[in-house]
Amino acid sequence: MLLPWGFSAAAQEESDINMEEYLFGHISDAYEWHIATWKGEEILIPLPCIVFSDGVKVFSSSKLEHGATYEGLRIAPRGEAHEGKIVRVSDGSRPFDISITKNVLGLIFDSILLIVLILLCSRWYRRHDVLKEAPGGIAGLLEPVIVMIEQDVIKDAVGPEYRKYSPYLLTAFFFILINNLMGIFPFFPGGANITGNIAVTLVLALFTFFMVNLFGNKHYWKDILWPDVPLFLKAIPIMPVIEIIGMFTKPFSLMIRLFANMLAGHIMLLSTIAVIFLTAKMGPVLNGSLSFVSVLFGIFLDCLELLVAFIQAYVFTMLSSVFIGLAHQHSEKETN
Amino acid sequence: MSLITPDIGLVFWMVVIFGVVFFILAKFGFPIITRSVEKRSNHIRESLAQAEKARLSVEEAALQRQQMLDETRTEQGRILQEASRERDAIIADGQRKAREEAAEILRSARAEIASEKEDAERDLRARVSALSLAVAEKVMRKDLESDKEQISLLERFADEASQAQMN
Repeated sequence: MLLPWGFSAAAQEESDINMEEYLFGHISDAYEWHIATWKGEEILIPLPCIVFSDGVKVFSSSKLEHGATYEGLRIAPRGEAHEGKIVRVSDGSRPFDISITKNVLGLIFDSILLIVLILLCSRWYRRHDVLKEAPGGIAGLLEPVIVMIEQDVIKDAVGPEYRKYSPYLLTAFFFILINNLMGIFPFFPGGANITGNIAVTLVLALFTFFMVNLFGNKHYWKDILWPDVPLFLKAIPIMPVIEIIGMFTKPFSLMIRLFANMLAGHIMLLSTIAVIFLTAKMGPVLNGSLSFVSVLFGIFLDCLELLVAFIQAYVFTMLSSVFIGLAHQHSEKETN
Repeated sequence: MSLITPDIGLVFWMVVIFGVVFFILAKFGFPIITRSVEKRSNHIRESLAQAEKARLSVEEAALQRQQMLDETRTEQGRILQEASRERDAIIADGQRKAREEAAEILRSARAEIASEKEDAERDLRARVSALSLAVAEKVMRKDLESDKEQISLLERFADEASQAQMN
């Protein structure tokens, strides 16, 4: 993670760092990309704000720094509704805001990285004869992962029609994986808490929702609206209602699972490192020994997060495959 | 709490970015890779099957070769045996013929010797008789003067001649 947000404040005021501000500063989205604080000077990259309030307004986030007001807009201070977001000064309401925030920039950067990696890999296959050469370099690195996901996860879970869905599921897997990994990487352009942001996981879950429901077969819909249960469970539509709720809870669980896991990982790492700064005033012995412990624990947590980054991408892909597979089952009458 | 309320702006950008990534990767990325990998794994499967088939046919060929070799060996043995039998037969035949020829030659030599001998005897006999006639003539001319002796000699001659004729 980055150096603590509140470190300078602690040094200036000789008070404890504000844990809430420190944690939220790292895990929430922001209008600028804060890199470090060096001798009281904040090193940050201002990002463009795009706000629809009385017409489109595009300006640099540096105009709103430290509570400044610009064209009737400001960033809501802590404690108010929409805290940390751009609001109208007049009534505190939120305009339509599609600013390029820290997370958006991180997403763009990670996506470019992902596209470059995968296209380099596919370029290898375009330029070489697979029957005569073994892949090396990026293709050699990515091929086993792609094959593992496609053959062991997608093919098994989706069933015979897996080819149609494998591009989406592979994209989702690598998209989540690269964003998870870049979230652990502590320096710019990593370190943004992208997959631990609910807006991101919401969109991923929505994509899966549409993949499942737009291409579900007749049997899938029959199972939801007129399942094979005693008539009284269908006449008063108990089962259909449960099934329809189930349609939404499945992607909802995907959204929450990824979000909560990645967010929790970030918070744990940040808290472990915060121990160093929290004990700064307790004397060199305690501070030194606890710093040592927290560095060791931080290394352990980083390794754990590497594992979690993969596992969460894997689980999201696997469950999406299973849901898609469920929408493509054939009834037992048909298969028998 | 801002943590669990999705921000519209981020949702918007996420839809755009993920959509673009999905489009690019689904069009130019993953299908090429997965198709190539599948092609290769099919190729490997087929190659393995072919290798198995080739191995079987090689085994079969080796078996056939062995069989042919065995057959050839027995044939060779048979031919050799026949040849040696023939050789023995030819040799025996030759020996027999040689023996017959030798006997023939011997016989004809003997016959020739016998006829030669006969000729020689006849010749000798003729000469002896001529000689004896001449001797007799000379003896008779000289000794006919004494009668007694002449008559006894003549009788002896006549006895001897008749005795020789009887033999």
